[in-house]
Amino acid sequence: MEVKGGKGSPRVDLTPMVDLGFLLITFFMFTTTMSKPKTMEIQMPFKEDNMKEDEKSKVKESTAMTILLSKDHRIYYYYGIGSDATKPPELKVTSFKDQDGIRDAIIAKKKEVQGLISAGQLSADDKLTIMVKPAENSTTDDLINVLDEMTINAVPIYAVVDITPVDLEFISATEKANGIQ
Amino acid sequence: MTAMCDVAFLLLTFFMLATKFKPQEPVVIRTPASTSTMPIPNDYMLLSLSKDGRVFFSIDNLNVREELITEISQSKGLNLSPAQIKAFKEGGSIGVPFNKLGSYLALTPAQRNEYDKTAPGIPTDTTASYETNELSYWIKTSRYANPKLRIAIKADGDAKYPEIQKVIATLGHEKVFRFNFITDGKAVPPGTALATEIAAGKKE
Repeated sequence: MEVKGGKGSPRVDLTPMVDLGFLLITFFMFTTTMSKPKTMEIQMPFKEDNMKEDEKSKVKESTAMTILLSKDHRIYYYYGIGSDATKPPELKVTSFKDQDGIRDAIIAKKKEVQGLISAGQLSADDKLTIMVKPAENSTTDDLINVLDEMTINAVPIYAVVDITPVDLEFISATEKANGIQ
Repeated sequence: MTAMCDVAFLLLTFFMLATKFKPQEPVVIRTPASTSTMPIPNDYMLLSLSKDGRVFFSIDNLNVREELITEISQSKGLNLSPAQIKAFKEGGSIGVPFNKLGSYLALTPAQRNEYDKTAPGIPTDTTASYETNELSYWIKTSRYANPKLRIAIKADGDAKYPEIQKVIATLGHEKVFRFNFITDGKAVPPGTALATEIAAGKKE
């Protein structure tokens, strides 16, 4: 074996080690950032069992929009609060689409409220208020999606509330009219 | 070269120590997607809701876990042994009623993972009375151990609304009205109000 003169220490090729080092750095960098999940904060309406009627917040009919979540990711919506069963609001059916979906309906209502404010029919304090009422056959996906639409469209006030029997009747009437099983 | 190597390995050490690996999950949960980019709060309890409506509970702070299980063991008369308490402290999510907690914690970690696939979940009955709602008791007791605990819900997108409503109603009963849903990322649709806000630098 050929032995070279012992001048200094022998050179070791460090490239593979450094390669491996950087590979590991990349791996750990990615896993650290990924391990922190993203969340969506929601604020439910404050509810007290023995709340008096006049303590509950009131919503004006003209600023309100109600969104009903139903089965198969279908959405029914109407403008107003629909408290009057004798004068049923006009229910429209839509879904989570980028075009002509619930987003466009929200934007349209938002413009309408803006228009009413500038026309002086509503005061500047009035804001678009959306009530989300999920039916029993909707899923968590629907709820998160619709709440996300609130953020996407910068809806000032929105709340998730229990669906009422009146609303369920609206849905079944509309389903029957459209021949949906 | 040497200097770069030094820096590289320093970074490597840092990331290795800083990385926290995901805890074992009892069931597979497909979280819904949202455009929100808010990171999860630091101290939180995690309520997982599986597709079939089973609820699992977990906290990642080990000290709170120990305090919590000691308290529950006493107040519910479970008489857990130190080994069972240790098993809870080092374990993951819990998805069994109180009366099965002792036998569940006596299992080995591998057996527990197997059991979790068919675990009944924490009872979250909101119709009868909150006496039998054990999720309410878990939340109450852990917030007593650490009042700053935030609540994160990891719900499966396919879980029916009444299931998630039970969890939300239980939180409402505990006077918790603000909580976080864990969601997957989604791109912000262009041309919307949110996209404009982000472009204007108002929101991240």
